[in-house]
Amino acid sequence: MTTPAFSSQLINLCAALLLLLSFAMLSQRRVLTLVDLFAMQGGTLFISIMVVAWSTGQPQLYYSAALTLILKVILLPLILHRLIRRLGAQWESETLLNTFITMLAGLLLVIFAFTLAQPISQLANTVTRGTLGIALAVVMLAFLMMITRRKAVTQVIGFLAMENGLFFAATSATYGMPMVVELGVALDVLVSMVILGIFFFHIREQFDSLDLHHMESLKED
Amino acid sequence: MELLLLLGLPLLGSLLLALIGRRAWAPEVNVLMSAGTFAAGVWLTAHVIAHGPMLVWHEQFFIDPFNVFLVILTAFIGLTTSLFSRPYLRTEEHHGRLNRRQLRLYHSMFQLFMFTMLLALTTNNMGILWVAMEAATLTTVLLVSLYRTPASIEAAWKYFILCGVGLAQALFGTILLYFAAEKVLGNAGSTALLWTHLNEIKGQLEPTVLSLAFVFMLVGYGTKVGLAPLHNWLPDAHAEGPTPVSAVLSGLLLNVALYAVVRCKVLVEGSVRSDLAGDLMMGFGLLSLVLAAFLLWRQKDIKRLFAYSSIEHMGLATFAFGMGGPVANFAALLHMTVHSLTKSSLFFTVGHATQQAGTQVMDKIHGLITSNPTVGWGLMLGTLAILGMPPFGVFTSEFLILITAMRDHPWASPILLLGLGVAFAAIFSRVQAMVFGETRLPRLPHPPALVPVFAQLALVLMLGLYIPPHLATWYREAARLIG
Repeated sequence: MTTPAFSSQLINLCAALLLLLSFAMLSQRRVLTLVDLFAMQGGTLFISIMVVAWSTGQPQLYYSAALTLILKVILLPLILHRLIRRLGAQWESETLLNTFITMLAGLLLVIFAFTLAQPISQLANTVTRGTLGIALAVVMLAFLMMITRRKAVTQVIGFLAMENGLFFAATSATYGMPMVVELGVALDVLVSMVILGIFFFHIREQFDSLDLHHMESLKED
Repeated sequence: MELLLLLGLPLLGSLLLALIGRRAWAPEVNVLMSAGTFAAGVWLTAHVIAHGPMLVWHEQFFIDPFNVFLVILTAFIGLTTSLFSRPYLRTEEHHGRLNRRQLRLYHSMFQLFMFTMLLALTTNNMGILWVAMEAATLTTVLLVSLYRTPASIEAAWKYFILCGVGLAQALFGTILLYFAAEKVLGNAGSTALLWTHLNEIKGQLEPTVLSLAFVFMLVGYGTKVGLAPLHNWLPDAHAEGPTPVSAVLSGLLLNVALYAVVRCKVLVEGSVRSDLAGDLMMGFGLLSLVLAAFLLWRQKDIKRLFAYSSIEHMGLATFAFGMGGPVANFAALLHMTVHSLTKSSLFFTVGHATQQAGTQVMDKIHGLITSNPTVGWGLMLGTLAILGMPPFGVFTSEFLILITAMRDHPWASPILLLGLGVAFAAIFSRVQAMVFGETRLPRLPHPPALVPVFAQLALVLMLGLYIPPHLATWYREAARLIG
């Protein structure tokens, strides 16, 4: 066991990195770089779970750290890379909405997330008390990214980043969910990735592009 | 044992159909598997009636009167849908809209979907409930895009993304719930998400955390219930997917999602000493009811019409659960039952009618009653039932909800009446034009399966006239559990 103060500082560092990476993803235009950023986010998540596991001595957290490493750092980015290559979309970039306004909205979301998590963070007696707000902020930034982007691949990366935020919340607020649940969630994420991969090809076959602008025939009426 | 059969059969069926799904007799295997699941459901029900609630397999599964009636309803509609899909999909294949590979995907995924629904209902673990709900989205998303048309792919994408994001909120809610429970139960790990344990200690859970958790879970599972303003995926997914999928989405998935919300509500109400949870549910329910009723007027596609009608009815049931109390809960449970039965039978007849007409556009469908009297009558009777005409069960449940609303929340009753009235006028005028009138529609190559339709409508009629005492005590018991 390391000293609690030191490990909690390490976790805060990881949390700050996660938040920073979320902002980087929000402003990144190139699809491949976005995948790399996502992998880095997964890596940070892995380190933070390892630190929590180390400082609390919870054996099951090592398993969930390993799960994160395999799934979020290696497998998913690999699948995404291969998919993007096979779709021939590696050089694609997309025009963003006004970056300044998106960033401002992101900042407001972070403040909102912190206020929302404030009363709960005070109840936490884990070594990671301050980080629930950041976890919620990561989820909301991923959500913002999904709203502002129009490409199928970036929306999916947003979806996966949201899952990262949730995993971080699970380890920071509690010491990880029960193992069955974590395995189930990981399985769902993996299967959804496979299905989305199939989807990309269907979308391109039908619309000749992965741009969701073309999908506007079904309007609310 | 019963439970093992109940969960094992659909899982086995899915594997089996993945292997042999291309054979011509795959639909019969599908029916057989569903019949087996239903039989297991009946057996389980008999066990619960005889011995009371049961907890099995290290408390991972929990069956009480509340979920056992949904289990049997789910298994029953699974069976009738598999009976209906047999001629329906053969006709689709005959018309060249589907090939054998797609049929294999359909049959395998249908069984897997039944498995996720039954798992979500029987599990005691709130985390597994979430996993099963997400898996239910995953199994149906490829079914919604089965026809591979641009519109169906768009609908499936929307369904996937919206429900995925929605369920992510529910997972956050579940994490918060676990966080609160861990404080009380200690670092017990695996037991802190078990509903039965949570229910025992719900009075000690931290109210601030739980109210936040409930908001997240209501938004998350509410997306799947189709509550406005998160209902956007629902009409598209219902309209663009094959009709058996629309029937199970409307008849089963929405119910199970509402079940998840109600399970959460029970915990939250025990912890938070205010009506927050109920008020939120009443608000969302009323909004869905009224919004869907007005949107019904703008529909041109028959399956979209009935999809909006599902939003309306789920809104009503959510409202009733929100009011709480024995009568409202009883009415809501009854409403869930009769809505599932009626709506899936409606989708069956609509499926045959659209196959006959070759279109889903309502203006182009006329005179069903002359071209195929049973389809025409089925559609008419089903519509009358879903609109809440007196002899049918929907009338009973709507009437009970209305009088409870008048007694406890008088302000809500004019809104309810407005929503129901508008919906009535919108649906009735459209369906009447489709059923009567002149027609030159061709016959179907495979005789339609209308036995399930009339069997389900007969059940709805029976529930309107007479609820068997056994079932009534059962509902009452469940209503008491929900509180």
